[in-house]
Amino acid sequence: MHPIRKQRLLFISLFMLAIALAIALALYALKQNINVFYSPSQLFTAKVSLKQTLRVGGLVEKGSVKHNTIDNQVQFTITDYHHDVIIYYTGLLPDLFREGQGIVAEGHVRANGTFQATEVLAKHDENYMPPPVAEMLAKNTESAHA
Amino acid sequence: MSLWTLWYRLTSPKDFTYVASACIPWLTVSCLLCLAYGLFASLYLAPADYQQGDAFRIIYVHVPCAFVSLLIYGALTIAALTSLVWRVKLANVFVDAAAPTGAALTLLALVTGSLWGKPMWGTWWIWDARLTSELLLLFIYCGIMALKNAFPDKRQGNVFKNTFVLIGSVNLPIIHYSVAWWNTLHQGSTFKLLGPSKIAPAMSQPLTVMLLAFCLYAALVILLNMRNAVLLECHRARWVGTWLTKRDS
Amino acid sequence: MTFFSWLSMGGYAAYVWPAFGIVFSVLAYNGVNAYRNYRAILKQLRLSYETSHAPHS
Repeated sequence: MHPIRKQRLLFISLFMLAIALAIALALYALKQNINVFYSPSQLFTAKVSLKQTLRVGGLVEKGSVKHNTIDNQVQFTITDYHHDVIIYYTGLLPDLFREGQGIVAEGHVRANGTFQATEVLAKHDENYMPPPVAEMLAKNTESAHA
Repeated sequence: MSLWTLWYRLTSPKDFTYVASACIPWLTVSCLLCLAYGLFASLYLAPADYQQGDAFRIIYVHVPCAFVSLLIYGALTIAALTSLVWRVKLANVFVDAAAPTGAALTLLALVTGSLWGKPMWGTWWIWDARLTSELLLLFIYCGIMALKNAFPDKRQGNVFKNTFVLIGSVNLPIIHYSVAWWNTLHQGSTFKLLGPSKIAPAMSQPLTVMLLAFCLYAALVILLNMRNAVLLECHRARWVGTWLTKRDS
Repeated sequence: MTFFSWLSMGGYAAYVWPAFGIVFSVLAYNGVNAYRNYRAILKQLRLSYETSHAPHS
């Protein structure tokens, strides 16, 4: 390679390295702010004020969903298998909301450690399959556990 | 002929125009065929998802748009480097021709993602790392387009623009790994470089065809735009006259 | 599956069809626009060669 081109390539490589490093450091420093929600464990260790609006996300625990038909309030527990958060919510739930589903709730922490949500979003996973396959998989895992 | 001379010739305006003109009809036909089959397969043949029902079909336009928007930026990065180090003129033509296509696909990825997010997640938009970094990609593309004629001195302008392209390329790994590095509402990657992909074969096959169709589409439109630019730039050159006579006869 | 149940997309027609519609209208517009520019350039080139009377071969 021509020496001038070699020099240019070297210069550009160093330039890119410096930029990548700067951005990596910035992103690392901002790590917690980039997370769109706290997991129950992160919420447990984080210091959050009761007025602060934040999001918490986890799996809806099986059998924890209680509908109150009088005031349309829903109560359920989300978990990351280390810590749980009880969530209260009044309003429409997304189509994908169900037990075992990942969800993200926006709202604030109450004084007793439960969470009052103003919005509940469903987080779906990256698996896609037709219903018969899903049924078969569910059966297989059931028989494997039995 | 060595690979180097072949490359050198292909990047000359004349040979590029001939080769591009030979490729364009084939690309058009294969792209339309893939699109026709891909549409039929994604809207009819593919089964509905066990959780998302038919709303999941948006994946067949969303993922190809997003994938090709990243692919084009990868190509832009290589072109910018080629232009900066080896001063290949055609690389600048490529950057100018590909940026609008990349911007359009980025915008479409965001819009289709929004249309998918509303029924499934329950929101049109959330400032999570994946969505925000893809939006940033759109702004970067717009920046590249704005820099096209921003400098009176073309050479200086190209150096500036290509440097901007290189800086913007830092965003590519951020977009790709955003769902792994941070908590996001957006789900993780369905296709894995290593290990099995997480989509049933009957659903992934239409997606593969659509991905191919979008790649062919991008190649086609970029080649068309590049040929337009080359013909406009070289309209006084002798070979353009020869090419035109050959074409019309 | 009837035609109308297919059109309804399991109740998600309002999201699925616009997504496909927007994508293919933008792609078609871009493609056709690039080709139309090409035709215009060809026309311009032919015109300039005819008026200049310069032999090019």
